[in-house]
Amino acid sequence: MGFMNLFKHFLGDDWGVHPDDHKRPAADQPIRKLPVPPRVHLMLSQHVGAPARPVVLVGQKVKKGELIAAAQGNISAPVHASTSGVISAIGEITAPHSSGLPGMAISIDADGEDAWLETEIVADPYGLSAADIATRVAAAGVVGLGGATFPSSVKLNLGRRSSIDTLIVNGSECEPYLSCDDRLMRDRADEIVGGIRLMLISTGAGVAKVGIEDNKPEAIEAMRSAAARFDNIKIMPVPARYPMGSDRQLIVELTGREVPSDARAADVGVIVHNVGTAYAVHQAVCYGRPLVSRLMTLNGGAATTPGNYEVPLGTLVSDLVAFTGGYQGEAARLVMGGPMMGAVLPHARVPVVKGTSGILLLDAGEAAACEPEACIRCGSCVKACPMGLLPLEMSARIRNDELEGAVDLGLSDCIACGCCAYVCPSHIPLVQYFYHAKGELSAQQRATLRTEATKKMALQRQERLEREARERAEAAAKRKAERAAAAAAAEAAAASAAVNTEKQGETA
Amino acid sequence: MIAAILSLTVLGAALGIILGVANKFLQVEGNPVVDEILAMMPGSNCGQCGFPGCSGAATAIVDGSAAPTCCPPGGKALATAIAAKLGITVDVSGMSDDGPKIAVVAEELCIGCCRCAKVCPTDAFVGAAKQIHNVLREACTGCSSCIEKCPTEALAMKPVPVTLQHWVMPKPAVA
Repeated sequence: MGFMNLFKHFLGDDWGVHPDDHKRPAADQPIRKLPVPPRVHLMLSQHVGAPARPVVLVGQKVKKGELIAAAQGNISAPVHASTSGVISAIGEITAPHSSGLPGMAISIDADGEDAWLETEIVADPYGLSAADIATRVAAAGVVGLGGATFPSSVKLNLGRRSSIDTLIVNGSECEPYLSCDDRLMRDRADEIVGGIRLMLISTGAGVAKVGIEDNKPEAIEAMRSAAARFDNIKIMPVPARYPMGSDRQLIVELTGREVPSDARAADVGVIVHNVGTAYAVHQAVCYGRPLVSRLMTLNGGAATTPGNYEVPLGTLVSDLVAFTGGYQGEAARLVMGGPMMGAVLPHARVPVVKGTSGILLLDAGEAAACEPEACIRCGSCVKACPMGLLPLEMSARIRNDELEGAVDLGLSDCIACGCCAYVCPSHIPLVQYFYHAKGELSAQQRATLRTEATKKMALQRQERLEREARERAEAAAKRKAERAAAAAAAEAAAASAAVNTEKQGETA
Repeated sequence: MIAAILSLTVLGAALGIILGVANKFLQVEGNPVVDEILAMMPGSNCGQCGFPGCSGAATAIVDGSAAPTCCPPGGKALATAIAAKLGITVDVSGMSDDGPKIAVVAEELCIGCCRCAKVCPTDAFVGAAKQIHNVLREACTGCSSCIEKCPTEALAMKPVPVTLQHWVMPKPAVA
């Protein structure tokens, strides 16, 4: 595909899909606060990067907001207690992941007081230096709340290192069913704008553009009035279309710049943060409050009271469902996140994490799947693909285990938005093929790295053995020399003693 | 005296030059295919193939005296890769390859004798004399040379556990 075609493809009106949004009535309900559940389970890996390292012991008492696991490595985020109580266990629990595999978590038995740790409040948060803001954001464990969960402080620091001129704040929330960002913008617009101001200082960007899909008029209105006093914060409605909330698509829509393949947003002078992240940054810097709860949407045909809830992190999905009135009928499928990109949960006894934007209880009708049939080469997926790829060709190669062929067709540019599988009239699980192929490729990459590491380790062992042999030989030589010297000395002493006795004999 | 020194020096220099030239022009090159195969092998020289190290196995595979399936740590993946490289067909169905395996220490049986640590080609063991040993999951190549050294049968080869980081979504069923 030539450059002009790609250009047209992005600016033209043909990429993406328009699913039924199902956002209302959940979006119109006021925010409700979930009471603290009897026990919370905080996953150590709620972010992209190295898992956090526990710094508490079982039986220890913690306050809400207290650090329980520290970040380790450059790309990592700390975890804080989401309520006050006693650490009851540090161990494995089923992770909120489609695999149903366990992950490490810290469990806290809540004492019901929900008492915050005393924190210092900054007198003038907007007078802090850029580095200071990033440090506070890092300490608060703030990660990208749009779902990518990349540690926010890393992105803020990146902004200062590679000249960023525009901060894009993502309030488009293009996934159907979800409305937590919408609700947050309607009810807490001032705090979001505060967070945007802090992020502008921290990244050094001159202007912030807030992209909000035009199916959220109330949120646009609320954000406009909150940002009216600030010239460098622009509220920009964008057409409602999935996946408008994907960073690459939003950057093109708001700035006209296209992020090249194999490059990051920062390479075109842009950095993207979610509105939820802006709110969390505000809470972290102005009030010293770490990220211990978040707004999430409960929705779907089997939800009794759909709406947006402020949920303490680590709450089990089953506790959330029980509080909101249980299931209406039977839930055929539990999904964490949106219906397009979310993860199917193995069961409801999994904790919510920082990246959980919603819990969907889908009924049988919503979860119905059709049997895949043969590809009719209609090209619908090509038209829908927001990245300008050829999903039908890539999936055909992956089906025949020709991963290299799929990579040549641009598999690494696939954002796994699911548009192709959504539009396919033959119900081919296209995006599932791409998930599989990406996992398989990274496994292959790990295997290659492992082979290289093995060679290095074998070489190092060889060197170690040689060094040890040399050292032993040297030590033996030294001992021999010492023994020889000692023997010589003893001989000399004996000789002189003999001479002495002779002399004595002579004199006697 | 001087004549003898001179003649020996000239003789030495002349023979040296001849040897140098011969080395340059009459050099027997190693088979480049062997080097390529060697680069694909695990490189831990564990000796399970019966050859002295990976280079011996690579030479034998190239000249046809050994099958590409002779490397247990490499498994099916390596066998098929080598076969593809050499353009030969290989029957991997006989290989008992149920995915990569690593050595695991049963802590209640380990007596801390250090015999396993001595044979490990990648120094994957941690522990000292009379201390319970353990295997570093990332460093173990699954060559299983330690298994028979253990006097208490505390070592066993177990499949590498699938973790959240290593999980791969299964391929969708064919339509």
